Amino acid sequence: MALHVYFCVSPCIVFVHHVRSEQVRMLDRFSNKSTSGTLHLTATHLIFVESNAAVTTILHHHIASVEKLSLTTNGCPLVIQCRNFRVVHFVVQKERDCHDIYSSLLRLLRPVSYEELYAFSYNPKQNDQQREEGWQLIDLGAEFERMGVPCDQWQLTDVNRDYKICDTYPRDLYVPITASKPIIVGSSKFRSKGRFPVLTYFYQEKKAAVCRCSQPLSGFSARCLEDESMLQAISKANHNSRFVYVMDTRPKLNAMANRAAGKGYENEDNYSNIRFQFVGIENIHVMRSSLQKLLEVVGSRSLSASDYLLGLESSGWLRHVKAVVDAAICLTKAVTVEGASVLVHCSDGWDRTAQVCSLGALLMDPYYRTIKGFMVLIEKDWISFGHKFADRCDQLDGDPKEVSPVFTQFLDCVWQLTEQFPQAFEFSEWLLLQIHEHVHSCQYGNLLANNQRQREELQLKDRTHSLWAFLLSEQQNYVNPAYCPGHAETHPVLEPSTFHIFVLLFLTSLNLYLDIVSHMKPTICPQETVPSRLFNEVLDTICPSLLSTINRCLINGTVPSCFKHEAVQPLFKNSDLDLTVLSNFNCHSYQTFLRK
Amino acid sequence: MEFSEHIKTANVEDVVLRRPFYQPTKGTLCVTGHHLIFSNRGGDSARPFLLLLRNIDAIEKRPSVSSGTITLKCKDLCVLQLDIPGMEECLNIASSIESLSSLETVSEMYPFFYRPPFLSLQDQWGLSSTEQHYAQMKEIHDGWRVSQVNRDYSVSPSYPPAVIVPHSIDDETLVKAARFRQGGRFPVLCYYHRETGTVIMRSSQPLSGANRKRCREDELLLQAVIDGSELGYIIDTRSSQQAQQARMTGGGFESKSCYRGWKRLHRQLEKGKVLQESLIKLVEACGDQSHSVDRWLSKLENSKWLSHVQTALSTAGLVAECVERDGHSVLVHGSEGTDTSLLVSSLAQLILDPDSRTLAGFLGLLEREWVQAGHPFQQRCAHSAYSHVRLRHEAPVFVLLLDCVWQLARQFPLAMGFSEPLLLRLAKEVYASDYGTFLCNSDQERCVTGVKERTHCLFQSLLRANERQHYSNPLYERTELAIWPSIQPPSLQLWKGLFLQWTDDALHLVEAQKVIQNLVSQCHRPLNEKVENTDG
Repeated sequence: MALHVYFCVSPCIVFVHHVRSEQVRMLDRFSNKSTSGTLHLTATHLIFVESNAAVTTILHHHIASVEKLSLTTNGCPLVIQCRNFRVVHFVVQKERDCHDIYSSLLRLLRPVSYEELYAFSYNPKQNDQQREEGWQLIDLGAEFERMGVPCDQWQLTDVNRDYKICDTYPRDLYVPITASKPIIVGSSKFRSKGRFPVLTYFYQEKKAAVCRCSQPLSGFSARCLEDESMLQAISKANHNSRFVYVMDTRPKLNAMANRAAGKGYENEDNYSNIRFQFVGIENIHVMRSSLQKLLEVVGSRSLSASDYLLGLESSGWLRHVKAVVDAAICLTKAVTVEGASVLVHCSDGWDRTAQVCSLGALLMDPYYRTIKGFMVLIEKDWISFGHKFADRCDQLDGDPKEVSPVFTQFLDCVWQLTEQFPQAFEFSEWLLLQIHEHVHSCQYGNLLANNQRQREELQLKDRTHSLWAFLLSEQQNYVNPAYCPGHAETHPVLEPSTFHIFVLLFLTSLNLYLDIVSHMKPTICPQETVPSRLFNEVLDTICPSLLSTINRCLINGTVPSCFKHEAVQPLFKNSDLDLTVLSNFNCHSYQTFLRK
Repeated sequence: MEFSEHIKTANVEDVVLRRPFYQPTKGTLCVTGHHLIFSNRGGDSARPFLLLLRNIDAIEKRPSVSSGTITLKCKDLCVLQLDIPGMEECLNIASSIESLSSLETVSEMYPFFYRPPFLSLQDQWGLSSTEQHYAQMKEIHDGWRVSQVNRDYSVSPSYPPAVIVPHSIDDETLVKAARFRQGGRFPVLCYYHRETGTVIMRSSQPLSGANRKRCREDELLLQAVIDGSELGYIIDTRSSQQAQQARMTGGGFESKSCYRGWKRLHRQLEKGKVLQESLIKLVEACGDQSHSVDRWLSKLENSKWLSHVQTALSTAGLVAECVERDGHSVLVHGSEGTDTSLLVSSLAQLILDPDSRTLAGFLGLLEREWVQAGHPFQQRCAHSAYSHVRLRHEAPVFVLLLDCVWQLARQFPLAMGFSEPLLLRLAKEVYASDYGTFLCNSDQERCVTGVKERTHCLFQSLLRANERQHYSNPLYERTELAIWPSIQPPSLQLWKGLFLQWTDDALHLVEAQKVIQNLVSQCHRPLNEKVENTDG
C-alpha cells in the first residue's frame, strides 16, 4: 500500500487530499464478520469501498472521535465514533498506514473556522436564484402574522435592529405595546446576556402569550423596576388572566446556586401578579453524560435484556426526556386551559427554554405538526432565538464542556409524541432523523453557527444552501402515512401521557437507521428483496405515502434481520461448538445469539 | 340447570359500569350461567355489554351500607368496575361471579352452549389431522411413516392418536421407547426441512434415573433419525444442572456414550411458576401509572419477561441454525415435553418455514404443535396475572409464544401473513373462549368430553372469509428465506398491544393502525390483482 496525496476534481465533491489504503477490513458491529476493501480519504468524506463494490461513506463532520487501538495479529484497529451514533470499526493491516489515516483524520476532523465546513463547498447544482428562493421558503414574519401578531396588544419592536440590545436574539422581536424602549433597555440590562422577555408564541384563541428570556441578574436582593414593568406589561396584554406564570425550567437548587454569581430567579414579592415555579430539567452537562451512558448501553455487544433495561435506567435519559415533556405539558395547560400567559426561562434561555417553548407550541398548535410547520418551529425557537448549534453540536473545534445533546433530546421528545399520536403528525420519524443528521453534517447553512448575527456575518444565505429547501423538495419521503389532517380539528391541543415514554426509545430507531445505511447490501439481507420488489410495483400504481410505510418497515424490520443474519453466522464453527459441549455452558457468552 | 344454584340475584337495576375508554354508564346488570350482561337502560342502539365469566381472573368487592363496588380483573388484562346499589345485591352478585367463574367441569363451559348461526357442528373440527399433514409432505414418505401406535392413547395419554416416526422403527419399538420417556412422549417428527433434508423432533426427557438406565429401543429410534448423517443435536431446554438433578427424580438426559452421534446442548428456558410470576410482575408494572420512569424500568427489568422472550427466541434461533446452516437434525425436549419444547419447536418452524407464516399455516402450526401435541391448556391458563388463587399449574407459555411471534412479526413486517390483531385475539381466547379449541389438556381429554362433537373450532372460525380479512397482514409478501430474528435487547420491545392495551394511548395507536391498514390495502388491491393474474 502506498500513501497517495493528489488533487482531483469531481463534479460534486472536491478531493483535496486523498489517501488510499488497500487491504483494510471493516468489522461488523454485531458479529465477528468483516469485509475487506479500500479506504479513501477525501477532503470531506471517508469512503470505504468493499471488494463487492458496496460503499460506506462517512462525512468528516459526522465523526466525533477516532481511536487507534493497540496492534493485534490482524492489524491495527481504528474505531470511528460518529455523532449520529454510528460506530465503525476498521482494521488496517500495516501499522504505519493506520497511523497515517489516523493523523490525517485528526487533522481533517477539527475545523477551526466556519469556512472549512462542508456547507461552504457543498454544491447541489443549483443556480443562485434557486438558492435564494430556497432561503425564502421559511419566513418568520409571516409566521408571527399567522399567529395574529402584531395585534392590539403586541407589536414588532426595532430596538434590536442592529443587534445592539442583545446580539444573540434575532433582529425582529415582538413585545407588549405597553413596553416602551426604556423599559426594554432596562429589562435587558437586568437579564443574563441581555436576553429580555419577548414573545415566542401567541395563543390566539385566549390571547395568551408564551414569552422567553434568560435568568434575571437578581443575586440575593437586586431588583429592576424596568424588568418588573416588563412583566407587568406582559400580564396586562392578556385580559384573560390576572397573573403571568414564570416557569424557571431549572431545578431549584441550581437556580439558587446561581444567586451567588449575581444571577438567580424572580422574587415573587418584587413582581406583582406573577406565579413563579421551578420545573427541574437538568443542565447541559447532566444531559451530555446521560447520553454518553445511554450510548454505552446501546452499543455494548451481547447484552442481556436485564442488563439493557438496568443500563437504560441508570443512564437517566428517559427520565430527562420525560422531564422536558412534562414541562411542555405544564406550559400547554397554563396557556390553553387557564388562558394565562407564561414566561419561560432557564439560565441563558437558549437550551431548556428552547426545548420547552417549542414542545409546548407543538402541543398547542396543529400547524407545527405539519412538515413545513415543524421547520418553522425549529427556525423560530431554535435558530432565530440563538440556540448555540455550533457549540452544542461541536461544529468547530471548541470547548468540550459546551457540547450537549439538547437538540437531539428535543427531537427525541418530538419522536415520543409522534409515537403516541400517530395520526397527529404530518411528518414521520424520517424527517426527525434527517434533521438530526444535518445538524451535525454542516452541509447546509441553517443550522450552522450560534446565532443570527453570526450567520449574517458569515453571509450564509449567499454562500450556502438551505436545509429546509432540500427537505421540502423531497417532502413526500417524510410523510407519515397515518396522518389525518382531521385529527387537528378534533384534537387541537395534544394531551400526551408521559407514562409510556420509556417504552419507546428514540435511539433505538436511530441506531437501526444507521444500520440501514451501513448494511444496504441486498445479498445479505433476506428481506431486502421483498420490499424492493414491492416498492417498484407500488410506485407504479400510486401512493407515495406507502413508500414511507415501507421505509418504516425497513427501519423496524429489515435491519435487525440483516445484522442478525451476520451475527449468527460464526455460530457453529467446530471450535465454538466443542467448547460449548465440553465445558459448563454458563461461562459462555461468546456469541450474542447463544446467550444463556 | 345447575347454574341457577349459583345465581342468587339474577338482575340488578341502576348499576354503574366503568370500563376503559368508556364513560361510566348506568344500566341493568344480569348474571347468567356463563355471562355478565350489562344493558344500557336508555335502550339506545348500543349493544349490551357481554362479559364471559370465564374471563374473570379476580374479583374484589367493597360493600358499604347502601351500595357496593365490585372490581373485576379479567384474564385479558382489562379491569372493570361495577357500582351496585344495595349491599345484599352486591354481595350476591360477587359470590355468583366467584363461583360461576371458577367452575372446573369442562362440559359445563360456554363452548358447549355456544351456537352461532354462521357455524355448524357438522363442520370439520380442527384444520388438519396428522394423516393429512403427512399426506401433504410427499418428500418424507421414503424415510417416515405415520404410526397409529397411540390410537387408544395407551402409549402416551398426551399424544394424538397418530404421530410421524422414522420408517425403519416399528410400533413395538415405539412402545418400548415410550416407556423410557416421561409421559410416554417418545421422539416424533414435527418439522422436515426440505433444503437440507433434516428434521426437528420433540419428546420428553428420558427416564434414565439415578442409575443411568438405558433403553435400546429409544437409542435405535434416535439412531434411525440421523441414519447416514453423522451428527444430530439434542437441545435440552433445561440447564445441565437441572438435567442432572432431574435424574434424582427418575428423569434425566441422553448420555453421550449411549447416543452416538448426538450432541447435547443445554439452554435454560423458564417455565411453570417462574414464568407465571414473571407475567404477574409485568402486568403489575404495566398497571402502575405512578409516573416514575426509573422505577418503572426497574420493575420491567425485575419481571424478567423480556429476558424470557430473549431466551426463547435465541434457543429457537439455535435450533433453526442447526437445521438450516449446519444441516443437522435436532431433537428438542425439556422435562415433560409439553411446554418449552413446544415453544422452541414452533418458533424454530416459524423462522424456517414460509408455509407456517401464512395465516392458515400459522393456525395449522398451533393446532399441530400445541393443541394436538398436548399442551395442557386447561391447567396452564386456569388463571392469569391478577388471580390471588394459589398457583398450581398455571404458566403463560402460550402467551410467551405469542409475544415471541409478535417480536418476529415486528422485525419482519412483510414476512408474516397474519397481523397483530390475530395474536391479540389468540391471547384472549386461550384464557376464555366461546370455542372449544383451547379446552382440556390433551387430545384424549377432548375426545372423552366430546369437545370435537359439541363445540366449535376457533381456528375454523378465524379462517372464514370476513375474519380472514381482519386477521391478515396487508403488507404480507411471502419470502422463502429463513427469518433470523434479532435478539439484541434494543430490538426486543414490550408488546404494547397486549400489555398496555387498556391504557389511554392504545386508542390512538389502534386508530392509526386502522388508517395504515386501509391505506395499505388500498394500495395493495391493484397489486394483489396483478399477482393473481400472473399466477393464473
